[in-house]
Amino acid sequence: MSKDKKGIEIARQIPDVRKPEQRIEDFNEVSRGFSREKAILEASRCLQCKKPKCCEGCPAKIDIPAFIKLITEGRFIEAGLKIKESNPLPQVCGRVCPQEIQCEKSCILGIKEQPVAIGAMERYLGDFLAQEDSQGLKTVVSLNILTKNGKKVAAVGSGPASLSLAFELVKLGYEITIFEALHEFGGVLVYGIPEFRLPKEIVKKEIAFLEKLGVKFIKDCVIGKIKSLDDLRREFNAVFLGLGAGTPLFFNISGENLCGVYSANEYLTRVNLMKAYLFPEYDTPILKRDRVVVLGGGNVALDAARTAIRLQASQVTILYRRTIEEMPARLEEIHHAEEEGVNFQFLASPIKFIGENGWLKRIKCQEMEFYDVGVNGRKKVRPIENSNFFIDCDVAIVAIGATSNKILINESKGLVINKMGYIEVDNNGKTSLEGVYAGGDITSGSATVILALGAGKRAALAIYSYLSNEQLK
Amino acid sequence: MIMERGVIIYKKEVAPNIFKMIIKADDIAEKIKAGQFIVLMTTERGERIPLTVAESDGCKGTITIFVQRAGKSTYELTDMSDGSKLYSLSGPNGRASEIEKVEGNVVFVCGGVGTAVMYPVLKANKEFGNRLIAIMGAKTKELFILRDEIEKISDQIIICTDDGSVGAKGFTTNILEELIKSGIKVGKVIVAGPPMMMKLIAEITQKYAISTVASLVAIMIDGTGMCGGCRVGINNGSKFVCCDGPEFDAHKVNWGDLLLRQMVYAEEEKISLERYKEKERCYE
Repeated sequence: MSKDKKGIEIARQIPDVRKPEQRIEDFNEVSRGFSREKAILEASRCLQCKKPKCCEGCPAKIDIPAFIKLITEGRFIEAGLKIKESNPLPQVCGRVCPQEIQCEKSCILGIKEQPVAIGAMERYLGDFLAQEDSQGLKTVVSLNILTKNGKKVAAVGSGPASLSLAFELVKLGYEITIFEALHEFGGVLVYGIPEFRLPKEIVKKEIAFLEKLGVKFIKDCVIGKIKSLDDLRREFNAVFLGLGAGTPLFFNISGENLCGVYSANEYLTRVNLMKAYLFPEYDTPILKRDRVVVLGGGNVALDAARTAIRLQASQVTILYRRTIEEMPARLEEIHHAEEEGVNFQFLASPIKFIGENGWLKRIKCQEMEFYDVGVNGRKKVRPIENSNFFIDCDVAIVAIGATSNKILINESKGLVINKMGYIEVDNNGKTSLEGVYAGGDITSGSATVILALGAGKRAALAIYSYLSNEQLK
Repeated sequence: MIMERGVIIYKKEVAPNIFKMIIKADDIAEKIKAGQFIVLMTTERGERIPLTVAESDGCKGTITIFVQRAGKSTYELTDMSDGSKLYSLSGPNGRASEIEKVEGNVVFVCGGVGTAVMYPVLKANKEFGNRLIAIMGAKTKELFILRDEIEKISDQIIICTDDGSVGAKGFTTNILEELIKSGIKVGKVIVAGPPMMMKLIAEITQKYAISTVASLVAIMIDGTGMCGGCRVGINNGSKFVCCDGPEFDAHKVNWGDLLLRQMVYAEEEKISLERYKEKERCYE
């Protein structure tokens, strides 16, 4: 009992974060994470609940109290391996998961005070394991990998959903081949999420580890063009589609094709995947301009705004049609963006991009107001009459979400698509086609890394049961 | 010996600053259809550049591209030697040409390296049984590519140069208008070349209400519909050149948009090229 009491007395530990004025000078990581001491202190706050709620809040179903207990015992490697049992990417998830609406939201301690900092501990353990077991020997041994069973599974797209699926299935003895359209593996982890939130070296190492386990990676391969879904169905015993929500949405308003107007996808892909922030060392350019307006309120909008700050923009404004309360972005990221000098303009929306000689000069906007609440609980907004105003800017970044990429979908007969344009699946990721499964953003629309990991895992188990006709317990 | 995808097996400067390159790519050679393109990277630090395939040989497993030196990436690409390997090569991208039976003649207007885009489309139309007239234009006589090949499969060929060094002195636009006025039945026009030329061709054929297809070139990154950088105004909406195109109804294209968007990175391209040339000089 005394331990519980002692645990509660310790305040939630806060990871070391680089100073804003320093971090906007480069693309290096913002948060430095926990020190060993902080990790141990934080672990001691955990109540070790008999019926832990945190696990229910985790899409990857990590045994959270178990790994925290191992930290308190100083058994860091075992703690890291405990996470790896259910999540192949602790270094990634410890950095980009919205823990505040998942595991940490359900934390019992959080009812009376600050919840346990589960995410920061996960990151610490992921990093610790990567360093202490850099060759993956201990991890490989702990994974209990079955011998090859001769069955082959293809995964299309190399983002989190496919990586998680591959991890689960390779352990069960399947031969996995991952096909990627781009020249690098990792999907949104490499083209979308900026270096300052998720260093690309981490993604590379995770891919290398899966390769060591026997997963085959093929780059530069657009399925639907160079090979059809039917080709894959002939060559493999099962196919998983982890395509992501790959096509950016635009407002479809006047002036959107002016020079200086980007989709967030393009802006971030240039900077992250193509390393345009290192131009001219790298060949892909990006417009470095003074005044940047980002349109949207999600994590992608924040990533774009903070990227613009690092590309030396003097004035970066996020224009969002609702208020800070409704922003889908993580609170932590909003704080980081504010610290770095990003301005916010709420209850406003663009109606026209205005240019001179083909270049964006200003955006005509209108003010918005709340008037109703939708069935999903989301507040509805409408424009206020005669409220037009202008914002001068050189670059505008449209970050209002994505829809499904149609290349493979259009060329695959019999694959049922839902009203929103995404692939229709049951709870286990099964599509309308025999032996074809799907998961991640291509079934749900834009969501999070951890939800994609969860979907990949569920589909892996469904494929296992489909191919072996025995339910995994 | 099995060569990997992306190995350059032949390179030759076929016209001043225009290079013919044959690249090993078994699966792409087998799949690619007229009108489609590839995306390649020279090095790990390179740009992803889209290029149309002029010829493909499914048996040999090769594709042929024509590259005009313009910016750093095309210089670096054409400086690569036989036997070296591209960092990345993927394709086919984009939609294949829609080949249909045309009453009267199909007129192909080819400007500069746009000719490489037209060649497979010409061939496909020939196989379909259409009657073909090719109008080929260049600044001067040295700058033609694929002239013999196109002459061989066309029913009629009209050559013009800006300086009159060969063929008629004038532009493809003048030739096309004369051709239409002469009373020859033009059922369809297909055009590939500099955007300004395509715009002018579209204006002429609109006047005579002749259905016209333009093969567009745009700045793109992934080439699979993910970035939206290649978007172009089509009627009142936007389409992506990479996956909705590259061929569009030329009368619906917002040519103003397209022309301007080509120039977005003019400044950066200059920096990049100067830096590259400086480096090359240092090696010499």
